[in-house]
Order: sequence, then structure tokens, then C-alpha cells
Amino acid sequence: MSILVGRETRLLVQGITGREGEFHSRAMLEFGTKIVAGVTPGKGGQSAVDGRVPVFDTVAEAVAQTEADAACIFVPAPFAPDAMLEAADAGLPLVICITEGIPVLDMLRVHEVLRAGGTRLIGPNCPGLTSVGGAKVGIIPGDIHRPGPVGLVSRSGTLTYEVVQAMTDAGVGQTTCVGIGGDPIVGTTFIDVLEMFNGDPETEAIVLIGEIGGDEEERAAEYCAREVRKPMAAFIAGRTAPPGRRMGHAGAIISGGAGTAESKREALQAAGVRVADSPSQIPALLREMGVR
Amino acid sequence: MKLQEYRSKEILARHGVPVAPGETATDPAGARTAAERIGGPVVVKAQVLVGGRGKAGGVKLAATPDEAAARAAEIIGLDIKGVTVQTVLVAPAARIAKEYYLALVLDRGGQAVTVIASADGGVEIEETARTNPEAILRLPLHPLIGLQEHQVRRVGFFLGLPAELRKDFAATLRGLYAAFMESDADLAEINPLVVTEGGQLLALDAKIVLDDSALFRHPDLEALRDLAEEEPSEIAARDAGINFIKLDGTIGCMVNGAGLAMTTMDLVKLAGGEPANFLDIGGGAKADRVAAAFRIILDDPNVRAILINIFGGITRGDEVARGIVEARASLGRQVPMVVRIVGTNAGEASEILRAANLITAESLDDAADKAVAAAGSPA
Repeated sequence: MSILVGRETRLLVQGITGREGEFHSRAMLEFGTKIVAGVTPGKGGQSAVDGRVPVFDTVAEAVAQTEADAACIFVPAPFAPDAMLEAADAGLPLVICITEGIPVLDMLRVHEVLRAGGTRLIGPNCPGLTSVGGAKVGIIPGDIHRPGPVGLVSRSGTLTYEVVQAMTDAGVGQTTCVGIGGDPIVGTTFIDVLEMFNGDPETEAIVLIGEIGGDEEERAAEYCAREVRKPMAAFIAGRTAPPGRRMGHAGAIISGGAGTAESKREALQAAGVRVADSPSQIPALLREMGVR
Repeated sequence: MKLQEYRSKEILARHGVPVAPGETATDPAGARTAAERIGGPVVVKAQVLVGGRGKAGGVKLAATPDEAAARAAEIIGLDIKGVTVQTVLVAPAARIAKEYYLALVLDRGGQAVTVIASADGGVEIEETARTNPEAILRLPLHPLIGLQEHQVRRVGFFLGLPAELRKDFAATLRGLYAAFMESDADLAEINPLVVTEGGQLLALDAKIVLDDSALFRHPDLEALRDLAEEEPSEIAARDAGINFIKLDGTIGCMVNGAGLAMTTMDLVKLAGGEPANFLDIGGGAKADRVAAAFRIILDDPNVRAILINIFGGITRGDEVARGIVEARASLGRQVPMVVRIVGTNAGEASEILRAANLITAESLDDAADKAVAAAGSPA
């Protein structure tokens, strides 16, 4: 079993005829993800990815024709908020938004509408997620995974790949790897994913990859101390980041002395989470805690 | 993107916030003219984006236009935390009866635009939060309906404003909210908001920080960017589409992805070195972007080695390697380079790199160790 997506997921890709959308849709199909539809307004009736995916003008039409049950969004930032709202309006329960650089005020409104309507949003500004052996949605390279007992949740992109690769190289496999995104406002938080991993019988241990900014990691630590009995390891990026500067991700900023890597490391350690100094130490920490 | 005080005040004034009219000057003569036009005592304030200008001597009172010119002469050219003052704001000096703090901020935890108000104005709000947290009101606004009248009243009552100022306060908070929303801000702050001895409500200092992701729809605000206060290398990086922050160390870093770029810096430090920069080259790592990144990193004379860490993922490692070798050939200054490429065709990549005399590394830890060693040896 895995969380959020799996072999049965019927994915719809918004922005499938764009460069990124088509490229990553091909990689998703190669991984085994069932992409049942693409949406690009004005290109309805065409097909994408060498004729393998039918394209529709609207999400509503695509859902009606194909019974899609999740959307992955590769639409440029100025249009991505509308794309998320369109997916929710069509009744999709799960929306994964890869797009980076969406204005925060737009995200506040979109997040509220999706939350109230019962649509789960992952992202934006995220690499998506992989259910190992099931489906991958987004841009995480498919070949870095290995099936196994560890669930991984991260605010980052390539850093996630780094950790997954280190785990796979060391023979420590994964159930599901979820990138929740590096923006100040994201649809799904660390705690949301931790809850899912905690309730997933196949996930025996959990890895959390955080970074400077906000207090999401501290809140996650509180949750872990209270609810999680599975072994946990973590890595926090940005110990050398200067205060007051945005480190690439819109959310990665130490402000007013809050959001430092040390504060997050301490909170996680106090919650019984083993915190690594380097991504390469994570597999060994997991082994020490009895992970096969 | 931060806006200067005088720009922030212009925006607030346009939305009905009471702001004392002031004028900017870039030389003492200009400050004198401004003070003459304003009439009466003025305050001369350095326009810089760094904090702590008051303590650094960047804010001074002047009773006459001559004094204003003299104070401006002292302040212009002053170094405040590495920034040379180029512009001053000359504004009427207010006689203050009471100071308040009023701001709108994006609260990440609460996932809402939030009013922050305190009757302890004039000091840093972080300071009040530490010493007297009950003195602060935090009021989250609904994302879909925004600031409501009952909330405006509540903030006014919390601050204990005199009854005759409630109307002016309502206009101030509504104006601050409109300015925040219309300019896509992360922060819009009035500190202090004062009641003068004459019983007038006035925003004496203001700060607006804009959401960088929303600048695409505010070309007018983007045009207000103060390039004089930015590192030239950071301006060049932004123009090249590269995320770059200059630091003080000796090891230049070139990485794809922000989280991995921070991690690479952290591991350089863990290996005993100091990172010279944060640099996220973005997706794809194309040859022209790599070349631009090299130029930006090597522009810093402190850099003695470069660590390149590319997690190719889906991109082909050999293409990235060729891009690095090509870009390196056109560089004016050569420093040792440690390159780690992960991804498809990583094996071919390291052959290309070795043939070009670049140091390769298998793991990120190994790369950090090698970069620190290379920076320690003569280039």
C-alpha cells in the first residue's frame, strides 16, 4: 500500500502540451503512471505524448470522458491559480501543482477554496510524489527509487532526490516519497503527510527533509512527539544560510531570528527524531533504528 | 523586494493613510530647499533598506533649513551596515504624544493575512513579542472576504485610541489593507503610527515588502527596485535567471535546486570550509546559464575553488559535463573545480570531466572535502 496515489490513480495533466508538461508526462507514462487525459484550452481533440494521451479543452470535459481522479499541473505561474480552481471545480479530490512562483495572495484564496471544497492540494512549487512500484506524479526521477518500508516527506526538490538516491544506494527502499513544496503557503503540510504515513501499515519508518523558514518543522516535531511511534530520521537544510535572505524557495527565509535550522533540529531531536548532518547519513540512521 | 520608506509612504498616502508630506534629497542643497518648503523643524532620514539606521546616525532633527543641509551632509555618504546612504527624506518633525505599531503581514502558520497591532509603538515588534506578548494583537483575516469593519473597530479599541480618532484610524487601517492587497505585499508596516500633540493621527515611518513572485503583474513597482543597495553580482544573477546570494567564504558553489544548494553550503562548512555563495542554477543546467554562473562566482576575488553539484535526475550528465568544460574554457580566471554530477550517463560525465582536468567526486560529502582541500592549496 502507499499513500495518495497508486497503480489505480487515473491522472489528468493540465498543461500537457507545454514543453515541461509533455516531457514529464512521458516520464510518468514510462514509470507506469496511468495518464488518462491532458488539458490545454484550445487544443481539445488533439493528442499528446506521441498520440498516447487525449487532450481536452476543459478539466470538466476530461473528467466526464475519462473518469480522471487526480490532476497534475504544469501551467505557468500567472495561470496556475486558475488551473487549480478549475480542477477543484471539476470535483477532483487530489491536485498536485508543480508550478513555481505563484503569488502568495493568489495561493491564499486558492488554498481556502480547495480546502473548503474537500480537494487535497499538494504544492505548489513542489516536485510531486512517487508511490514506489505504483505511480509517480510530477518530476521526481523515476529510477532513483527502490521499493521498501520508508516514507519520505520533503519541502525540497533536488535535495529530495539526493536523499532518495542515498537511501536506494544503501539498499533502504521507500513506500511513498512526497514533495510538499517550498512556498510559504502550501496545500499539504508535513503534519498531513506524517498522519498518512503513520496510518499506513506498509510504512515502517519516516524521513523528513526540511529547510529554514517558517515553523512547519517545529509543528511537525510536536506532532511526532505526540502521535508517531515509527522510527524517524530528518535532515534540515540551511544551517549556513544568512538571516533575512530568501534562499531560492520563497518560503526559505530566516526572519526576526525565527525559522533557523538549529531551532528545527533541536525541536525534532527533542521529539525523538534522529537528525542527520548530511543526507548521506540518513540510511545509516534508519538502519540503526532497525529499518531493513 | 523591499521598498524604501519614502516609496512605501507614497503608496500608503495614495490609499488614504495619513502621511506627513516629505521630500527626498540627494545633496545638502536639496535638503535645504526641501526644509524651506516644508517650513519649521524637520527630520532628515537616511533612505536605506537595512535596519538600525537610527542607531547608526542616519536619522537627525534639524530646526532650520541650514541645519537640515548640515545634517544631510552628515548622513549622505554615511555607511550603514555596508550600504552607503545616497538619498535622505526630509519630513516635518512631529511632536509625538503617543506611538503605536500597526502592520499587515502574511502569516505562514495561520495561512492568512494578519493584522498585527500594539500600543507599544516605535520599537521593534519582535522586541515587544519577547518582552510583552500580551501587548500585541494578532488578527487573521479571512482569505476570501478580507478585512471587515468589526475587525477595524476591534483593532481600534485594542489600541485604546481616543474616540475622536476612530474614524481616522479606520481610514488608516483600511488604507493599509488596500495598499497591501493591491501591491501584493508580504508586509506593510507603519511603525510608529503616532498621535501628535495636536491630536492628529500620522504614519511617521513605513515599510512595504513585496512578494517577489507577484512582481510580474506590477511592472510599476518592479521599476522601484533600488539597485544601488544590491550586490552587483546579485543583479547580474537575477538578469541571468539564477538565484544567487553572496556570502563571505572562499568556496564558490554551483548547484541545481535551492534545498540542495543550501545543503551543499552546509556540507562545505561541515568539511571545515566557508561557502562564498548560495547559487541555484535552476533546472536543465544549460551551457549559457552555467557560463553566467561561472562569471558571477569568479567575480568574487575571495573565491579560491568552485564546487559544482548537479543532481541531473532526468537530464543527461554527459551534456551537463560538456557544458561545464566549454564554459570553463572561456573563463578569465581559473580556480580548482570539483564537480559532482549525478544522473543519467554519470559515468560518461566523469570521463569528460577528468579529461578536462577537473576534480570529480562520487558523493556530496566527498565533493565538499575535495573542494575545501582545493581551496586551501594554491590555485
